[in-house]
Amino acid sequence: MAVVAAPRSDQEFVSSTVVREQASLWRDGLRRLRRNRLALISAVYLILLGLVAIVALFWTPYPTSSIGVADIYSGPTSAHLLGADELGRDLLSRLMAGAQISLSVGLLSAAIVLGIGVVVGLTAGYFRGWVDSVISTVINIFYGIPALLVALLMVTVLGRSFTNVVIAISATVWMDVARLVRGQALSLREREFVEAARASGARTGKILFGHILPNALGPIIVAVTFVIPSAILFEAFLSYLGVGIPPPTPTWGAIASEGVQALRLAPHILLFPSIALSVTLLAFNFLGDGLRDAFDPRQKR
Amino acid sequence: MIQPILDVRDLSTHFFTDDGEVKAVRGVSFNVLPGETVGIVGESGCGKSVTAMSVLGLVQRPGKVVNGEIMFKGEDLLKLDPEELRNIRGRDIAMIFQDPLSSLNPVLRIGFQIEEAMRAHDKIPKEEVAHRGVELLKQVRVPDAEHRFKDYPHQFSGGMRQRAMIAMGLANVPDLLIADEPTTALDVTVQAQILELLRDLNDETGAAIILITHNLGIVAGLCRRVLVMYAGEIVEEGPVEQIFESPQHPYTWSLLRSVPRIDSNRSQRLLSIEGLPPDLIDLPTGCKFNPRCPFRVERCFTDAPVIEDVAVAQKAACWVTMKRAYAEMNAGTIEDTSPGAASGVHPHGRRREADVMAAAAEPISD
Repeated sequence: MAVVAAPRSDQEFVSSTVVREQASLWRDGLRRLRRNRLALISAVYLILLGLVAIVALFWTPYPTSSIGVADIYSGPTSAHLLGADELGRDLLSRLMAGAQISLSVGLLSAAIVLGIGVVVGLTAGYFRGWVDSVISTVINIFYGIPALLVALLMVTVLGRSFTNVVIAISATVWMDVARLVRGQALSLREREFVEAARASGARTGKILFGHILPNALGPIIVAVTFVIPSAILFEAFLSYLGVGIPPPTPTWGAIASEGVQALRLAPHILLFPSIALSVTLLAFNFLGDGLRDAFDPRQKR
Repeated sequence: MIQPILDVRDLSTHFFTDDGEVKAVRGVSFNVLPGETVGIVGESGCGKSVTAMSVLGLVQRPGKVVNGEIMFKGEDLLKLDPEELRNIRGRDIAMIFQDPLSSLNPVLRIGFQIEEAMRAHDKIPKEEVAHRGVELLKQVRVPDAEHRFKDYPHQFSGGMRQRAMIAMGLANVPDLLIADEPTTALDVTVQAQILELLRDLNDETGAAIILITHNLGIVAGLCRRVLVMYAGEIVEEGPVEQIFESPQHPYTWSLLRSVPRIDSNRSQRLLSIEGLPPDLIDLPTGCKFNPRCPFRVERCFTDAPVIEDVAVAQKAACWVTMKRAYAEMNAGTIEDTSPGAASGVHPHGRRREADVMAAAAEPISD
């Protein structure tokens, strides 16, 4: 008993010092993130944008599709802060609704990509062998086909709708996350705690989602943060081409497309959605960079 | 007679690599009685861990159990389907590993991991799981168990991590605990504590323990019986005191000679076993220890010795055995078959031989 009792006070001393600077992975990461000003500003901007999008669900200054609430092509005025478009619709209202579309597309695509990527990547990386060969080949094939072609074909075949656009986008960007998770699983499966879990009789599902996935979460979150802006950009691009979400739904891409046609008459119709889009994309990318630096120290330069 | 809980018969595990078939474990047979403590010793790469992994069905590609039976409580583990085997792992046979830090999942709390070990099986009723977790930490003498239960592995010291691993191993009250080098990553004082803990737990829970180690001192401190492995085979087995007192296989003899002992004669030289273990892809014919054996005879190069009784409860696989070697040495009739003498290639052959002779002249026991 003496042997056990002696280290006790030592242990308590050690634990109290450790607790003070207790650095769980997440808390440590958040602290690093808070010190990154650009990422912080981006996060604040994105939260505000999110609020705007939610508000737009219930209230916009003018109904988004009401024609002639303002003079056609009129520039910014106090009544219509961002002016009006070719049908006299209030541009601010339409941009607010557009924010909601863009964010929904981005977040939904990211969620789908996350789901597919995690399941596919874990399966390939953990089981290796022919399973991995098949999945890796499929991933490479998807990389090989131009994303725009896939998206255009899918939207054409499935029809133009919000859901189909999200599906089309997810189908073209899921590979990055799948490949990342596969790599993580390949290396984590060799770690001793996975072997220990296996030796303690853990079920395969538990090993995959309970032991391997939590250890890969940092890089996965970072990767998914980068999926959001590419999905938003891709949706805007499809809408700009006229194969995205059908009118009258106001999306930033569609508004910009209308703006181009009236560029000489009313440049603000192109300008404002473009600014909104650019700033949003930048914010997501800055935030992603910040998250990477904070949570994925291995990739830090 | 008491039925052994684990009876391994003629087990062979090979690894099919690009360079060839690595015959890591060949024809290994041994058994473990309920509550018994058995040590498996041998140098790195002699097949100790692979034997343990084979028992638990954890050998992964490109490895494969190619032959044998692993009877556990009367059931052949090799014939079970993966789900049945999974249910035995951790519930009836638990394993603890060498490095407790890398064996614990770094992002999950200790307590959670202990509870997980119980949740993987239905042996412990759900209501008891949370309660029993803290109890287990107390049982393995982790101070302040209630609070430490919520800690992450990095907040534990090395010894406490190994205690936590042992707690996980004991979570489902297994009949057999396989400890693969449980103290190798720990410093000496902590090693002693962990060994004491294992000894106590063996008494308290009655779980049989297979202790895998390259450290003879640890075997002496914990085990009742010892198996000596060399190049994938068991070359000697028997009760610990008996093996330490009068080893019969030259490999065991050399191993014991290479460990300093507090009670040994100061003038006695420590022996190092020259050469390396054989290539497990391309094994020598005859006895696998023949390139390094100081007592080999011609027969050792042609026929592989089988393991047979050399004393009560003691078996060895050797044509010569130390009993005969001593006898012949005293009679001055032993043949000099060292590489230096045979071919003149080994410059130190002579001297080494002289050392061995000098060392062999006095028996190990004092």
